[in-house]
Amino acid sequence: MNAVTPPLLSLRGLRKTYNAGRPNEVEVLHGIELTLGQGEFAALIGPSGSGKSTLLNILGLLERPSDGAHEISGQSVRALDDDGLTAMRRRTLGFVFQFHHLLPAFSALENVTLPALARDGHVSIAVRERAKSLLEGVGLAAAMQRKPPELSGGMQQRVAIARALVLQPALVLADEPTGNLDTASSDEVFALLRRIHGEDGTSFLVVTHDPRLAARCDRVIELVDGRIARDAPVLRGEG
Amino acid sequence: MTARRWPPLGFESRVALRFLLEGRFQSLLIVVGVAAGVAVVAYITALIGGLQRNTLEKTLGAQAHVVLTPLEEVVAAARPRIDGETVVADTQARAQRLRTLANWPAVVAVLEQRPGVVAVSPMVAGAALAQRGEATRSVSVAGVELERFDRVINLGSKLVDGTLRLAPGEAIAGVTLASDLGLRVGDRFTISTGTRQESLRIVGLVDLGVAEQNRRSVYVPLRSAQSLFDLAGGATRIDLSLADVWQARALAAELARELPAKVESWQDTNAQLVSALNAQSVSTTIIRGVVMVVVVLGIASVLVVSVVQKQREIGILRAMGATRAQVMGVFLVQGALVGLLGALVGVLMAAGMIELFTRFVKGSDGLPLFAITLPPRVALQVALLAWGAGVLAALAPARRAARMDPAQAIRL
Repeated sequence: MNAVTPPLLSLRGLRKTYNAGRPNEVEVLHGIELTLGQGEFAALIGPSGSGKSTLLNILGLLERPSDGAHEISGQSVRALDDDGLTAMRRRTLGFVFQFHHLLPAFSALENVTLPALARDGHVSIAVRERAKSLLEGVGLAAAMQRKPPELSGGMQQRVAIARALVLQPALVLADEPTGNLDTASSDEVFALLRRIHGEDGTSFLVVTHDPRLAARCDRVIELVDGRIARDAPVLRGEG
Repeated sequence: MTARRWPPLGFESRVALRFLLEGRFQSLLIVVGVAAGVAVVAYITALIGGLQRNTLEKTLGAQAHVVLTPLEEVVAAARPRIDGETVVADTQARAQRLRTLANWPAVVAVLEQRPGVVAVSPMVAGAALAQRGEATRSVSVAGVELERFDRVINLGSKLVDGTLRLAPGEAIAGVTLASDLGLRVGDRFTISTGTRQESLRIVGLVDLGVAEQNRRSVYVPLRSAQSLFDLAGGATRIDLSLADVWQARALAAELARELPAKVESWQDTNAQLVSALNAQSVSTTIIRGVVMVVVVLGIASVLVVSVVQKQREIGILRAMGATRAQVMGVFLVQGALVGLLGALVGVLMAAGMIELFTRFVKGSDGLPLFAITLPPRVALQVALLAWGAGVLAALAPARRAARMDPAQAIRL
């Protein structure tokens, strides 16, 4: 491989402390070392309270670490101000949340184009076409003009996935993307993530506590008490 | 489904509009609140404006805006006063005889050149007796150049009988005086001053709107008055009419410095009226201010609630790549939209209220008490004010939304 290309994501000695300097000060991440390459499909697992959400928020540039190095494609994000973080988020990241978090007042198609609207101030024809084809790709060609409350949980999550992909991010962060779905929808949504990964090589980091799903990723990172307890590739016997 | 057209609106306005439409009931509440406030402000502005205009028209209709008269004669000291010396004396004030303004034709010419001066009318005014048969009335005679004088007080509009002209030997009289003397247009009567007497023919009757003036006014040609009062070629006062009546005081002060004459503005002669009008204006301003504060607080409180309700959406917007400024913009635009819509509805409501006032509030004669209208300028002013109030009210909630921690907001 090309040794000069920096990894997509690199964390070194990353710490996060809440309520610093106060009596209720607590450190939830104790020096995380993590590298994620282009095109990886990794699971982040761990018991509740292990710091998964905090780590995901930091990776999503929604929270700032207290200490350590954090680089995206070789660029440090520690020095960026709020607008700089927002710009970086637009360029490189897509989000899928557990409770889909669509805007209820906007149609499915409008929800998908929202990141482009925020970036450009308008929705170009190219973006709209991409949004439509993404929605078709997740099997929602007929539901584009419907609003989230009119859609089932699985459909809503598929809209959220299309939204995460509309700006062609390098990395999609998915927080319990199937946590709120029944088994059938859950399998369907996960299969969709894998298919997208296979098609355009987008990297995925999926937070889950479903071991069945973790086993279907390529790499499992386990977080226990704010430390990485295990980081290993998934070995599969079957094809 | 057919694809909808997506107009190229900015992120902020599109999201703001959706948020407002989503919370339809809330939005309706604030729009109605803003509209009510705007309606009250616009209506009270129009009402007080109409009232003041009406009062001013009635008052200024029969008088000049600025009047020049000769300086009063004073008793001069027999020798100059020496510093440190105390003079113990009691001086009898002089009786003020009728005198002419020095060099008045030149003064008239100068005044006519002044910007803001619409009309200049020299006059000889004095007291006399009007007689017809057994009846005698004391009157004030004004000798005028009719064309100039008409431009100052618009005598033509006050004419109730006869024609508006003043040839030598003719007179125009107040209606009450005419009925007191039993005069009709075409009849003759006699005017006598201490020294002279002249027989005049009535050519017109005027209703000046003020009882005292209707009872005492007689207008004659300037020359007739000059000879009646022994002031050949003289003028005892000069009346001015201005484009802007509120400039009268400033102009009077200026003229008093420049000319050797006593200069009075209509405000000096109607001090009570002016203070009443001022009190009205101040009350109106206070009411408008209070109403606008209430409007701002109303919009702000609804938007604060909306920010709390939309916490999660705000977090999502941030995660989707909206900057703090954009989130702030979303709420500012909401305030602006609500202010604008409320302003439009409010102005319509004010127009309706004015219509009702004109239709149902009538004087004893069955005519509207006075004309009240909503000038477009006032409507625009109030609408802009409401729009600004909307943005102002949205400022605090918008900042709150912008400062929100996205990670925390999403978790809720």
